[in-house]
Amino acid sequence: MYKIAVMGAYDSIYGFAALGLDTFPVSDIQEGEKLLRRIAEGDYAVIYITEALAADLKHEISRYQEQVVPAIIQIPGVSGNTGAGITGVKKSVEQAVGSDILFGDN
Amino acid sequence: MAATQVNPTRMELTRQKKKLATARKGHKLLKDKRDELMRQFLDLVRENMALRQKVEAGIQAANKNFVVAKAGMSEETLHTALMAPKQEVYLETDKKNVMSVDIPVFEYKTRTADENDIYSYGFAFTSSDLDDAVKSLADILPEMLRLAEAEKACQLMAAEIEKTRRRVNALEHVIIPQAQANIKYITMKLDENERSTQIRLMKVKDMMLEEAHHYKEKQAAKA
Repeated sequence: MYKIAVMGAYDSIYGFAALGLDTFPVSDIQEGEKLLRRIAEGDYAVIYITEALAADLKHEISRYQEQVVPAIIQIPGVSGNTGAGITGVKKSVEQAVGSDILFGDN
Repeated sequence: MAATQVNPTRMELTRQKKKLATARKGHKLLKDKRDELMRQFLDLVRENMALRQKVEAGIQAANKNFVVAKAGMSEETLHTALMAPKQEVYLETDKKNVMSVDIPVFEYKTRTADENDIYSYGFAFTSSDLDDAVKSLADILPEMLRLAEAEKACQLMAAEIEKTRRRVNALEHVIIPQAQANIKYITMKLDENERSTQIRLMKVKDMMLEEAHHYKEKQAAKA
């Protein structure tokens, strides 16, 4: 039985607690790295992470890229959408096809 | 022009021919695999993009609602309201095999039977904006899970497609031409050997006949 984790700045994620997701507020990067590692090795199948934090933890996140669980998914934080999530999708198209033939124009 | 040195023997020739046959078969299979993976990937990645746009818009709207809610009451009240969640979400994960790629399938279950049992606070001290905010976030949750599924599947499939493509290219442009070149080299070499043996035998026969019948001397005597 797996659970769902949400990581990011407190202001961006506190609402998810009401839905029954486990929230992990992160304020500094090093602590975030450790926390992510701990969560990823725990019983969490899906980890939502704010784009702002994900940008700082890129290295850690890429380690879990080729594993089936956990799925680490970027979500926009309260301060706005950085477009990192969309870029991620485009990147996987690029990896598979060789160049972005689907979403290149937007 | 064989890049690697091969022994021009019949045994090696058979080996190279077998290798070429296997490589051709593997190349065809891998190419089919790549094409099918690509077809499924393109469908999936389109869905992924649509979901992502929807989820991002949904979360942004929810965040706005939360900001409004936060403005309407004190921080302490807000913290207290969300401190002890009533609801919990569990995930059942399963794997689905798509062209030898394991992609995850998530099914979510809530702790209480009513999924909408999300308000972990009494309504007396919180603003109604908070209710709206929590509701808007709850509405987007199923899509968020679908997004997690689709995005992970896309990542895994993209990696597999890349691997398969490399294998196909390696077979097509390296292994198969190399085997063909080797086969050609060995056949030529063997043919050449055979010809030289033939010539040698002919020469030897000439010499032996000359020794037995002394044609040259007879011809000289005639003249």
